[in-house]
Amino acid sequence: MDYAMRSMCARPRIDMPLLEVTNLRTSFHTRHGIVRAVNDVSFAIEKGDTLGIVGESGSGKSVTCYSLMRLIPEPPGKIEGGTARFDGIDLLQASPEQLRKIRGKRISMIFQDPMTSLNPYLRISEQLIEPLLIHEKISRADALKRGIAALEEVGVPDAAKRIRSYPHEFSGGMRQRVMIAMALITKPELLIADEPTTALDVTVQAQILDLVKKMQRELGMAVIWITHDLGVVAGFCRRVQVMYGGRIMERAATEELFQQTAHPYTRALQKSIPALQPKGAALYTIPGMPPDLSRKIDGCPFAPRCEFVQEQCGQPVELKNIAPDHATACVRVQKGEINLKTNERQ
Amino acid sequence: MSAEFPTVTQHAGEIEPGQSLWQDAWHRLRRNKMALIGAVFVALLAIACFVTPLVAPGAYEKTNLALGAAAPSHAHWLGTDILGRDMLSRILYGGCISLSVGLAATLVSVLIGVLYGAISGYVGGRLDVILMRIVDIVYSLPFVVFVILILVVFGRNIVLLFMAIGAVSWLDMARIVRGQVMSLKKQEFVEAAVALGLRKRRIILRHMIPNVLGIVAIYATLIVPSVMLLEAFLSFLGLGVQAPMSSWGTLINDGRKSMEEYPWLLIYPSLFFSLTLFSLNFLGDGLRDALDVRASKD
Repeated sequence: MDYAMRSMCARPRIDMPLLEVTNLRTSFHTRHGIVRAVNDVSFAIEKGDTLGIVGESGSGKSVTCYSLMRLIPEPPGKIEGGTARFDGIDLLQASPEQLRKIRGKRISMIFQDPMTSLNPYLRISEQLIEPLLIHEKISRADALKRGIAALEEVGVPDAAKRIRSYPHEFSGGMRQRVMIAMALITKPELLIADEPTTALDVTVQAQILDLVKKMQRELGMAVIWITHDLGVVAGFCRRVQVMYGGRIMERAATEELFQQTAHPYTRALQKSIPALQPKGAALYTIPGMPPDLSRKIDGCPFAPRCEFVQEQCGQPVELKNIAPDHATACVRVQKGEINLKTNERQ
Repeated sequence: MSAEFPTVTQHAGEIEPGQSLWQDAWHRLRRNKMALIGAVFVALLAIACFVTPLVAPGAYEKTNLALGAAAPSHAHWLGTDILGRDMLSRILYGGCISLSVGLAATLVSVLIGVLYGAISGYVGGRLDVILMRIVDIVYSLPFVVFVILILVVFGRNIVLLFMAIGAVSWLDMARIVRGQVMSLKKQEFVEAAVALGLRKRRIILRHMIPNVLGIVAIYATLIVPSVMLLEAFLSFLGLGVQAPMSSWGTLINDGRKSMEEYPWLLIYPSLFFSLTLFSLNFLGDGLRDALDVRASKD
């Protein structure tokens, strides 16, 4: 009985999310002061789920994920507080040894620029099987076989031959395929994709998106997809959170985010997608500039650019649920003072 | 599988996969005539120098007092010195010592310098500060005095000479490699390597060092001549190799003493020495161009 109790306690509960981030705060200590890049961010992702993190440059979306992987250069960066529980381990407190066992094995990452994320002096084969060699007890020959299989899986033609190539012999799209193969070769439980399609041209973008979707179906892994492109999110993610000024502005299931928009910033972002606007209409741009994060912002960071701004927006804001699994940080929406749902089109 | 995802057309067919950047660089180097001539000259000279002691052992110290200092002739192509010793043999023997010093000291400096610099640059932080201050301190010691001190304290010995020169010539290498590594560290593939769970040691050995080897190779070809000059200088001061052995430094020093009566004793060793330095410098230049990443197609 006692044994059974203990073993129950030791195991994570079934309904526990795969990754649960609470109150993450990351800042950079620069000469111009402290830049609060991520300010009190909490979110969770379930096994096999897809979460999109959307925001413009400097919104803290990448820093959030880099913090989870502890890839923030310290100094000048510093994770000031919070927890990130992954299968019972707090990634933010984990020892280097614990981290090494998770990185590349249970959580993998793909990066923005495929041109620079491969070592130019090593053959693809060497880099591709590296995660296998360090994380699994496997012979080189077997690892190579799996490397070739992984390349075929991501659609690299003539993989057995091409695996002997060097990175500069591959195009950008091909390199991103290699990066994906490399990230997935250990069958991770969570994939963090940091704008992996931004540096690629549009047709290749679609291929890469399809590829990650397919691999997700096959491996049943969870994916966090960081992007500034709402369009990508719409086609790929089940849930989305919108970040601005280092905070989460709104979080909802993708469809709900588009149809029941509950934050003026999300609205503004949608309005800036040219494809959603009538032909010939002037391009919508959000007035003003992104906030200077080296200054302490008490209220809503979007307030200076918001068309619905009121005095109360200067008060501290909090992410609150307005519907099950739909949260917004806009005080006025929370109070029901404004309604963004009517999708009036100019 | 691949049918589902149409692939971007590659330049497949044109190039056989597996052409490394090194092979690329080799192709470019081969097109540089001066560098190639330099490389061939150094290679031939090195072969001649290292083969001579095997083919004609002792030739360099066989005296012929009756002959004395004779001008170049059919019997002695480059003449003989005051003791009647064949100059060609002496120069080739001397080259053996000079080239060995150059190579060995360069090897020491590459080994220490690359590891030291890579660790310092990659780990960074406090360790970097400590390691670099050590370099600064050693650097601030008067270089020649340091070598002289070592030789005086431990006695004159060729191996020690190699070590002493190597021990001071790694400093620049360490600094160069550190700088390179620091800029490489910010590249995404290093971040990717960390994200894959690699240890620092593996990242340094497999991802950092291969990437700096190009610069190291260039710099090493420039260290060889500077080390040979240093050896010549020390020999010139009487701290290098001892008679009857010779190095190019001692030969030039001996030649200098009698340059008015027997100019060939100065001219020929100097000629060999200068040509070697020239060749190595051209080779270094060519390597720099060949390994320049910006020049490579991408």
